[in-house]
Amino acid sequence: MNLPDLSKIPKIDKLGVIERTNRFCKRSIKNSAKEMGLHLSLSMIDLTTLDGKDTPEKVRQLCYKARHLHDSMEGLPNVAAVCVYPTFVSVATKELEGSGINVASVSTAFPSGQSTLEVKISDTKFAIDQGADEVDMVISRGKFLSGEYNFVFDEIATVKEVCGKAHLKVILETGELDTLDNVRKASKISMHAGADFIKTSTGKISPAATMPVTYVMLLAIKDYYKKTGIKIGMKPAGGISTSKQSLQYLVMLKETLGDDWMNKDLFRFGASRLANDILMQLQKKKSGFYQSLDYFSKD
Amino acid sequence: MSKININKSWKYDEALESTSHINLKDKYNLFIDGEFVKPLSKKYFKTINPATNESISEIAEANEKDVDLAVKSARKAFKSWSKLYPKERAKYIFRIARMIQERAKEFAVIESLDGGKPIRESRDIDIPLAANHFFYYAGWADKLEYAFPNKVPKPLGVAGQIIPWNFPLLMAAWKIAPAIACGNTVVLKPAETTSLTALKLAELIKDSGLPKGVVNIVTGAGKTGAAIVNHPDINKIAFTGSTEVGKLIERSLAGIEKKTTLELGGKGANIIFEDAAIDQAVEGIVNAIFFNQGHVCCAGSRLFIQASVADTVIEKLKDRISTLIVGDPLDKNTDIGAINSVEQLNTIEKYIEIGRKEGGEIYQTECSLPKKGNWCPPTLFLNVSQSHTIVKEEIFGPVLAIQTFRTIDEVIEKANNSPFGLSAGVWTEKGSKVFKLTKELNAGVVWANTYNKFDPCSPFGGFKESGMGREGGLHGLKSYIKFE
Repeated sequence: MNLPDLSKIPKIDKLGVIERTNRFCKRSIKNSAKEMGLHLSLSMIDLTTLDGKDTPEKVRQLCYKARHLHDSMEGLPNVAAVCVYPTFVSVATKELEGSGINVASVSTAFPSGQSTLEVKISDTKFAIDQGADEVDMVISRGKFLSGEYNFVFDEIATVKEVCGKAHLKVILETGELDTLDNVRKASKISMHAGADFIKTSTGKISPAATMPVTYVMLLAIKDYYKKTGIKIGMKPAGGISTSKQSLQYLVMLKETLGDDWMNKDLFRFGASRLANDILMQLQKKKSGFYQSLDYFSKD
Repeated sequence: MSKININKSWKYDEALESTSHINLKDKYNLFIDGEFVKPLSKKYFKTINPATNESISEIAEANEKDVDLAVKSARKAFKSWSKLYPKERAKYIFRIARMIQERAKEFAVIESLDGGKPIRESRDIDIPLAANHFFYYAGWADKLEYAFPNKVPKPLGVAGQIIPWNFPLLMAAWKIAPAIACGNTVVLKPAETTSLTALKLAELIKDSGLPKGVVNIVTGAGKTGAAIVNHPDINKIAFTGSTEVGKLIERSLAGIEKKTTLELGGKGANIIFEDAAIDQAVEGIVNAIFFNQGHVCCAGSRLFIQASVADTVIEKLKDRISTLIVGDPLDKNTDIGAINSVEQLNTIEKYIEIGRKEGGEIYQTECSLPKKGNWCPPTLFLNVSQSHTIVKEEIFGPVLAIQTFRTIDEVIEKANNSPFGLSAGVWTEKGSKVFKLTKELNAGVVWANTYNKFDPCSPFGGFKESGMGREGGLHGLKSYIKFE
């Protein structure tokens, strides 16, 4: 595997991108399309807790929530995964056993990525050994912005090797990449280096996921698919907290990559508050009125 | 090559804009001297919803006598309106602008019902822009002397204005706002297929308290238009429409002292260079040709792609148009609405047939079309050249003729190789290239890395057979004043 030819990357016009993403937001999603979209969104969520103050107990609570989104409502899908720090992977794996919900672990000195390759490798190995199904790594943004693309590429390729069967999501941390052209470039490097998913953000930097950034990454995925036939997944993370936003992202996904990407194997939302907002909307659809947020458990 | 599949599982449900808030009469009379009056012709014609081909309402047909009454009313009103303190004129125009904003939703729905354009466009583009034109020219009303320093601008008198069916309310605003801001009075004729929003504007103008006779609106078809053009007491003719009719008007006005502005047809060249932001350029192609079903005089109907990126652009374009939704104009998700009239649909279909016969390679999306009404799916023609009829003539529909080019000189020559000269688009990341093309392209409007963007501040108009005179911006004032 080698660094791809970066001179052939299509340029990005920011204003054009914003115009396009505004158009996605104008789609009106109603009735059964809305219900289906909300169910789909729910099934694509990676419930996340990534705080310094996390404890095994906190993770256990989150896992319980993942298994019991809203027991009083029937026919709800499970979320796709629970996303935690490597140290809590064993806790989460145990809690989620047999639920079909994956355990995702951040790694490679998340969120800054400022460490040696050895540390990043052992970080990832540890997560895998503990039973993580998915690994969310960060790229070295400093190296990327210094033009050391080979370094970034090699790092991803190495982590991918360590991951083995586990799915690798590569976090670009777009809030630090400055331009959409850089986002496009980082997407291409990541996909060629072996990413199964590309992901916008750690959630620790603002702005996190935005529609323009996600759209540019979807375009990169589309070009890669056209060239290789390989479908790479997409995960916008951070800042998506309402049902309406999630539907707008789904519209963008559908109209950019088509219906083949409309499932949790190829699209995820990295979000923690989103689930309850969707539950509230679904409850409203059922009963005709909004329930207080107090009826939806916060874990 | 791997394909993108759209419309397999998740489909958008119908999202119809409500029509319960609109107020339409069964019959509309002429708006003359501040009142709705029955036509002396005693004739009415039907206005049709192009999405169903059902009648919405009946519209009065003005004959020569009706037009004469309207001109007399305008002449009478001119005496006081032209002498009114300019800032008072401005107040009236501001009020009209604000009232359009207040009634925007009703205007938008009626525009889509009567003309077939998607509600998204009438709601987000037509109606807000129409209000903005009134706002903009209201601002100029008492500042004309600053617009033309060291000169004394004076109004012309009575302006006869004839507008097309593609942007009914917006074109009415383009015409009325600068005319009355400069102190002229107006006799305006909307297109016969789309009179309703002009008549709703007449109701609004009545409610606004604008002095009687300043704006008169007469409805009818070509004959009514001819009566306006040939009326001896009109000082100015402003026409937007086909080049064919524009030529007729100019012929009949030869040697007569009437100021004329014509905004006619076009065959805009949309040029994609290899160094452009390709995905955004593809969006630009879509906006250029499929906006308002292609019923746009400045539509980018001739696409030129630099050969090195032609395959990529065409493939991306095909993917992109597979997501376009053709259907009910009142559905908020509709991208391409109904073709404005049966006649126009026939014209478009005639051209598509000619394109096929002349050997163009046609590509249409497999979108579902409603059973009733006038529809045309987004259509591409590949492998065509400057000699093909569909490249030379204006189609005024969602039909795009695609050619490739190799060098910048080649594309400039081809882009200018047209009797029209209204608009062009240039897509490149290189600023110097943009400026080279704006200098050398023979087009009234050149958009760089965007297309079909309109603003009241910006002048609009064409070269060659695309017309004469400018509308919009400071230049638009010039068409309605003379200097003492």
